Amino acid sequence: MSELAVEVRDLVKRFGDVEAVRGIDLDVPAGETFGFLGPNGAGKSTTISMLCTLLRPDGGSALVAGHDVVAERDEVRRSIGLVFQEPTLDMYLTAQQNLRFHAELYGVPKAVVPARMQLVMEMVGLWERRSSLVSTYSGGMKRRLEIARGLLHAPRVLFLDEPTVGLDPQTRASIWSYIETLKEQEDITIFLTTHYMDEAEHCDRIAIIDQGKIIALDTPEALKASVGKDRVQLQVDDADAAIEALRERFDLDATIAEGHVTVAVPAGEAFVPRLFAELGVPIRGVSVARPSLDDVFMSYTGTTIRDAEARGADPMLAMMRGRH
Amino acid sequence: MASTSTAPAGAAPVAAPPGAPVRVVVPPGGWRADLRGIKVVWQRELIRFWRDKLRIVTSLFQPLIFLFVLGGGLAHLASGGTQGVDLRTFMYPGVLAMAVLFTAMFSAASVVWDREYGFLREMLVAPVRRGSIVLGKCLGGATVAAFQGLIVMALAPLVHVPYSAVMVAEVLALQLLLAFMITAFGVMCAVRIKQMQAFMALMQMLVMPLLFLSGALFPLSGLPRWLEVLNRFDPLTYAVNPIRTAVFDRIDLTPAARAALLPGITWFGWQVPIGVQALVVVGFALVMTTVAIWEFRSA
Repeated sequence: MSELAVEVRDLVKRFGDVEAVRGIDLDVPAGETFGFLGPNGAGKSTTISMLCTLLRPDGGSALVAGHDVVAERDEVRRSIGLVFQEPTLDMYLTAQQNLRFHAELYGVPKAVVPARMQLVMEMVGLWERRSSLVSTYSGGMKRRLEIARGLLHAPRVLFLDEPTVGLDPQTRASIWSYIETLKEQEDITIFLTTHYMDEAEHCDRIAIIDQGKIIALDTPEALKASVGKDRVQLQVDDADAAIEALRERFDLDATIAEGHVTVAVPAGEAFVPRLFAELGVPIRGVSVARPSLDDVFMSYTGTTIRDAEARGADPMLAMMRGRH
Repeated sequence: MASTSTAPAGAAPVAAPPGAPVRVVVPPGGWRADLRGIKVVWQRELIRFWRDKLRIVTSLFQPLIFLFVLGGGLAHLASGGTQGVDLRTFMYPGVLAMAVLFTAMFSAASVVWDREYGFLREMLVAPVRRGSIVLGKCLGGATVAAFQGLIVMALAPLVHVPYSAVMVAEVLALQLLLAFMITAFGVMCAVRIKQMQAFMALMQMLVMPLLFLSGALFPLSGLPRWLEVLNRFDPLTYAVNPIRTAVFDRIDLTPAARAALLPGITWFGWQVPIGVQALVVVGFALVMTTVAIWEFRSA
């Protein structure tokens, strides 16, 4: 039996009349990279704040690294590392001074501080810049430094709340490669939230959360398999004719997405030869894509993440949702 | 199971990663952890103060303007009432208190900055008691303010006050105490205030009246009744008067001049001893620190 890094039972959080988290159950075994996926306002940050002892739950229980988040707050705090969405660095200190501050506050034994500091800074590629003021760092470097700082006291669980939000794609990719390295080097559980579908695929398991509830929880592969259909896109000169032909000959409902005739079928590759043989409309090109987590989110919620966020951002709709 | 060790857990034995892994076992909390917390928060205040040279200069600017421009300008006008003592000599102890006051207030403002720039969160989620953070802040504010006070003390000969080791020691101790109280007061206000502009406006509103009421710039003799009452309620009074006593003990004054310029503090006719005055400051400091810690707990 493997140890659980996070154990959540029927966790509830209310803000006034609105139930932000509505009874979440969750088990994360030690060593796993676990992703929390959902649109903004789904309850991800609220849940992570409760796990990190920053918010008090209104119901249910949560154990992190074996400690209760309410009754054993300081023990939980010592066993976790935190990287927030917003920066929490002192810009007027050097990178090293920021880390030293953290080491002292978390009571890291003095004898291991220098070696540990070098290890975590090398891990994120900032050792050479350790003496620079943080105000001279780029956005990506600051985020990497936050990750290094979160690891300094050798936490057993590292919480990353939207670790790549607001970064350019190249920096996002580099942050992910640091996280991969980290998983190899440290004996650690990573618990992260994201609303980027492509990033969720880095996780061992994913919970999809919407409106304060977990609606699906599995490996990315299993989640995608549960959708079951590949996305086939056709480049044709006469889109209307192609859609018409698909309906008549294959009994498929095609739509136009991203400028291409798009259709979902169970086995994409096997479908392509039949398509060329039977469609009867000239085809310029075909692409087959496996279902993404976007498709997964859509199949469970009937909406895309982007539309769900637009819905969440509408105060009237949010109020109406909160009422029933 | 509920240990804080970082030994590999679970079924799969984890091979030691290459490059001599640094195993860290974070010890449980306790007073040692709290002391380390106080110390590092204090150190950060010093580093940030030292890095901000402009601030060192600007917080000296206003006290010096008061001393040499206002004091110099009014000296002739006031000469009738100062019993032959230079007005600047009289104002000097008040300015010593003033330099500390401004610097300590600025230190307290760092709580608001820390909140705006997110660093407060790094401190609030740490496994140390909130009290350590408040104490570290107050001690840091006291230290940098006392340092500013030392610079102003170096100017003593310019206002006819001779250097004296005892005086420096006495004044420095009083300045530390005053600075601690003011930083605690500032932190107490800053915890509630989310925006820098609001904090600065509040300080503007409070600092000048507190300074003027304290008798930093005028003697406490022959005041109108209402002013005398307000003066006794101003915590600064109990720091300014001992500082002035420490300075005046080192210069030659006629008994008449001393009586006029340094009448001391009375409560319903009772002459309050200097030691009790210092205790009043300690009392205010303790109350303000306690309130600040209490507020910080729920921040």
